[in-house]
Amino acid sequence: MRRDLEAIWLVARREFIDQFRDWRIVVPMLLLVSLFPFIADDTTRQAIGFMNRFGGDLILDNLIPFVVLVIGFFPLSFTLVVALESFVGEKERGTIEPLLSSPLEDKHLYLGKLLVGITTPLVFSYASIGIYLILVGRRAVEFPSAYMLALIFLLTFAHAVLMVSSAIVISIQATTIRAANLLASFVVVPVAFLLQGETILIFWGNEDVLWFAIVAVTLLSGLLVRLGLAHFRREYMLGREIDTLDFKLMWRRFRDRFTGNAGSISEWYRREIPETLRQLRQPLAIVLVMAAITGIVSYLWVVEYVPLHLNLTPDRVNNIRTFVAANLGNLDQLSTALPAPVLFFHNARTTVAFLALGLVSFSTLGLTLFIGNIGLVGGVMGAASIVGFSPLLTFAAGVLPHGIFELTAVFLATAAMFKVGAQLVTPQTEKSLGEILLLSLADWFRVFIGVVLPLLAIAAVIEVYITPLLIKMAFPYL
Amino acid sequence: MIETSDLSKQFNNEFWAVDGVTLSVQPGQILALLGQNGAGKTTTVRMLTSLLTPTRGWARVAGFDVTKRPQDVRSKVGVLTEQHGLYMRMTGWEYLDFFAKVYGLDPETRRNRSAYLLEYFGLAEAARRRSGEYSKGMKQKLALARALMHDPSVLLLDEPTSAMDPESARLVRDEIARLRSTQRTIIICTHNLAEAESLADHIAIIYRGKILLNGTLDELKRQVLGPVEYEAKFAREFDAGELVLPQGVTLASRDSTSLRFQVDAPQSANPTLVHALTARNAPLVSFQEVPRKLEHVYLKTMADAQGVSYAA
Repeated sequence: MRRDLEAIWLVARREFIDQFRDWRIVVPMLLLVSLFPFIADDTTRQAIGFMNRFGGDLILDNLIPFVVLVIGFFPLSFTLVVALESFVGEKERGTIEPLLSSPLEDKHLYLGKLLVGITTPLVFSYASIGIYLILVGRRAVEFPSAYMLALIFLLTFAHAVLMVSSAIVISIQATTIRAANLLASFVVVPVAFLLQGETILIFWGNEDVLWFAIVAVTLLSGLLVRLGLAHFRREYMLGREIDTLDFKLMWRRFRDRFTGNAGSISEWYRREIPETLRQLRQPLAIVLVMAAITGIVSYLWVVEYVPLHLNLTPDRVNNIRTFVAANLGNLDQLSTALPAPVLFFHNARTTVAFLALGLVSFSTLGLTLFIGNIGLVGGVMGAASIVGFSPLLTFAAGVLPHGIFELTAVFLATAAMFKVGAQLVTPQTEKSLGEILLLSLADWFRVFIGVVLPLLAIAAVIEVYITPLLIKMAFPYL
Repeated sequence: MIETSDLSKQFNNEFWAVDGVTLSVQPGQILALLGQNGAGKTTTVRMLTSLLTPTRGWARVAGFDVTKRPQDVRSKVGVLTEQHGLYMRMTGWEYLDFFAKVYGLDPETRRNRSAYLLEYFGLAEAARRRSGEYSKGMKQKLALARALMHDPSVLLLDEPTSAMDPESARLVRDEIARLRSTQRTIIICTHNLAEAESLADHIAIIYRGKILLNGTLDELKRQVLGPVEYEAKFAREFDAGELVLPQGVTLASRDSTSLRFQVDAPQSANPTLVHALTARNAPLVSFQEVPRKLEHVYLKTMADAQGVSYAA
């Protein structure tokens, strides 16, 4: 452990020396750190004056934490270039090979670069924030609480880790500094969006809500670090054609994986699909456990808290039952209001959305959306219970008939999406990151086209034509 | 020592950069790896330093398998890469000290080795200057000093004297020769055929990833250019007539003032040959081996590989 830390520090120290001897890094950063807090302070002064004159207490109360967040972000985005060129820069300058030929381990090189990449922008960020707080402290304004400031400091730290770990992943995969810089927007733009989301939390949420952002960003950063370490290959850093997109080759690899060794569709269903499903056992088990927990927790939460929050008196419950009864009559026209193809398309789109979100977040956002959907099912059962319907009967008549197919499809699609994310952060020595992504996607499409779409089609037909009848049969008294 | 068997590397599942290379370099030996740009020299060296994983075959360096024990291999190998790879904002001293730490040398050894190598390569005065200010030759020498810093038992040197002035190149060659005498195992990749000829015990010629030739210089000359040729020069025009040649000797060419013989076993045949000439009162001025350089071997091998004719 001590030797590891020494080796990491050795790599980091050299990089620090190199950076602080480069005026092209130091001078702009010093200018930014010394000028921006003054500009921000003046903006704060004017904003306070404006809001005192025209009102806007909500903004006024949270203005300083917001500005602190922004001030922290600017040096991070500017110094991103340091992390972006950490590996690819060395490669371009020809200094990487002696380093890679040395007995330093992959983790030493990676974590050493990561340490520098995080520390430098953070020093500038915190210095900038510090100057701003001193400047703003002279004004007669309400200063944010120490707790709030600590949260913003933590959030800035999480941003630094997120941005730098993404930048280093780019730096490892890119062949030229130019390519790495072009890819920088894939880091800055999402983090800028994230910042906007956090701004909303600052203005309209309470301080504690910021913990969600901190935990989410830290989780994502951790996965990115894991991704970077998992795919840190000395070989790829010396490869020459890593940036070349060979669409023909990509398509061939994708097609070969998708079709497998099958010569016909029936053979594909007999041999390849069962094999793919077998490989999904572990992620499927995790998804099922998550679904069970989410459904139960959601049900219990609704049963426990909704009556209190909505102040459900017997009269209001009766009103709801009357409303439900009135609308159940319309179930006969469900196939007109919501045709099966539309329902099928909607459900298919949702499973694709799981994948899309999962792809940009190592499955975490996809799983979040999945949990939200399953939570709704649990919540509906809870709501049924509150208004006096049997939740089991509601589930058996209203969810289960089509749910056997639909939920199975959703579970499988989610498990396949989960596997894509998991494979991205799993070391696989023989394959590049792009190859792993391509093959994982081919596996996902196997499940999606081979199993999920047919199941969703059946589910849509049942949901539109059979489930309404079963609900009416289950609740004849309504 | 270095041993490889069927060492091969394929890129993109298509292109074989190295294809079936089998080599053996013993301690105290220098192997010169010759070939065109892109022939597979650098890829071979990178596999030997565990930077690239072989697609097929195996290699053992300093007793360690390059695939199974990459860290051990790297700690035993000194590599001079194609590009010098210096950090331009570090001084020569800082640079060597950094790599000495990377290789885990203790502070005293670090100081002593750095001082020795800087002094040996004539960089002591420039040690506190940033390497970005060095000349090309100085940079190359500093890079070589880095490769030698941890006193490795195996050296893989890519163009060790490129960009150097003649004195510096000589210095480097002397150091390589000294390292050989201390039982280091050395591979040199070079385009400098004279250097390869003067330094190498064995020479391997690689073309499109395959080893075309591998052996000592004499073996290579014999294999590519045929038996050794000797030339008899005469003071004036001389008609040797029908000479009775000893066994293993053939007349290669003749003109009015010289004769050229191909000789299989010079030790036994040459005295007889000289005796036959003098017995005929040949006005013999000199009888010597026709110089055949590695360059001829290399160019003829390349010409043969490419299917073109070679004229010496």
